[in-house]
Amino acid sequence: MNTLTPSNLEKVLAAGHFAVTSECGPPRSPDMAIVDEKVKEVGPYVDAINVTDNQTAVVRVSSLASCIRIKQLGYDPILQMTTRDRNRIGLQSDLLGAGAWEINNVLCLTGDHQSFGDHPNAANVFDLDSTQLIGVVKKMRDDQKLINGFEMTKSLRMFIGAAENPFADPFEIRVMRTAKKVAAGCQFIQTQCIYNMDKFKLWMKGLVDAGIHEKCAILAGITPMKSIGMARYMKAKVPGMDVPEDIIKRLQGVPKEKVADEGIKMAIEQIEELKQVPGIRGFHIMAIEWEEKVQEIVKGAGLYPRPKMD
Amino acid sequence: MIMAKPKPIQEIINVIKGFDKVLLAGCNGCVAVCEAGGLKEVEILASALRMYFANQNQTIQIDEVSLTRQCDKEYLAEIKEMVPNYGAILSIACGAGVQFMAEMYSEKPVFPGVNTNFIGVTLEKGVWSERCAACGECILASTGGICPVARCSKRMLNGPCGGSSNGKCEVSKETDCGWHLIYERLKTLGQLQRFSVPNDPKDWTTSRDGGPRKIIKEVSQA
Repeated sequence: MNTLTPSNLEKVLAAGHFAVTSECGPPRSPDMAIVDEKVKEVGPYVDAINVTDNQTAVVRVSSLASCIRIKQLGYDPILQMTTRDRNRIGLQSDLLGAGAWEINNVLCLTGDHQSFGDHPNAANVFDLDSTQLIGVVKKMRDDQKLINGFEMTKSLRMFIGAAENPFADPFEIRVMRTAKKVAAGCQFIQTQCIYNMDKFKLWMKGLVDAGIHEKCAILAGITPMKSIGMARYMKAKVPGMDVPEDIIKRLQGVPKEKVADEGIKMAIEQIEELKQVPGIRGFHIMAIEWEEKVQEIVKGAGLYPRPKMD
Repeated sequence: MIMAKPKPIQEIINVIKGFDKVLLAGCNGCVAVCEAGGLKEVEILASALRMYFANQNQTIQIDEVSLTRQCDKEYLAEIKEMVPNYGAILSIACGAGVQFMAEMYSEKPVFPGVNTNFIGVTLEKGVWSERCAACGECILASTGGICPVARCSKRMLNGPCGGSSNGKCEVSKETDCGWHLIYERLKTLGQLQRFSVPNDPKDWTTSRDGGPRKIIKEVSQA
């Protein structure tokens, strides 16, 4: 088994299993108990847990602080890092901090624009973009150097990931853009939530045709619909989200008290279908403020128990 | 061209109301083009201010002048004899002009009458749009002549991000996605391969991040 880091996620993928990840959004107050609760809910059912970095540009407990806690609880955290709020000095500093705490996964993101968040009058940074951040992590790991060439006494042991949204425009550029991230050093991709299966499969085919799936593990993004309102909101308001009318119709076709169950059922069906898609190596389940349902989805999709790696 | 927008008149009133005599100075350079600080705007603003203070039964003398440019000493020097007669100068040049005026007439308070916005172009009569962020190291050769620093809301160099939809930026449906434009242009030029080359982290020392910048051309100094 050929792995570069002690990351549990990397080991699970290297062993050829479908990987399962989920996420934890930290609280907006200095309260680690909320992180503990969410992590205990999802931890036993996944291989690694993403911690969002001030998602939608709303100030929250830092991703790094929460990742340290997750590590202490015995799970494998994925440090999400956006380039919106920190320049290359701040980013490398936090990467060193994460390395020192033996955080072994990072997800390199550019981040939502601050105009969506709770401090829309903030200055943004964007010294680097997500692709460049991937390169920074790779250099710190493989060359044991900061990007200015400073040689560290110890290298960073990070399994490197990024996000990709196959549903954003222009669609034709999405395979090329993923290829660019992989060329920069990206080893796993967690996708945007998938609802438009046809478009997703088209993107996957592009990746497979280009051989990108052999260099980078694609984890399909799954978000169960909790209500018809949520489906409508995602369709209309969330940038880059593609929710076909069929999805909404199906939720409308069941009695109101059954909509949430139908959403879970749909998520499980999606996973079953995606298992058959060439190049898919796992699933990233984002049950937004619905963490207690992760185990139901994982079990329902036949992905439990999770493999024990050493 | 440098684009500016008139400040709200109340903000101008608040800074000049304590003076008896104010010199309102326009600039016939860039700000005249974007209809914020030229001769015409000097006349309009002066009339509006006079009307306001007359209604308040307050006597403030507001005199008008419009300079060829406020970013050159020789033009600023043209008002040397006038300046001592005024309590303050209200400049509706860009931020550079206002500051250069204040440097030359350092004994007088100089107030800005416009907000300076960006380096841009005239899209159509009355519509101006940003094009250049003056980063000091032009990369247009590799991006199809469209600048991602100025035109991507996240100044991404390997974009587009995941929020681009129907050619529009996630930040506003009014704003074109800079990377969508770059993609279309590279495709037209048959240069899509340029997109697959990752752009390294940019050296921002040539941008505002390096502090106030200066250009010296020795040939011209002689």
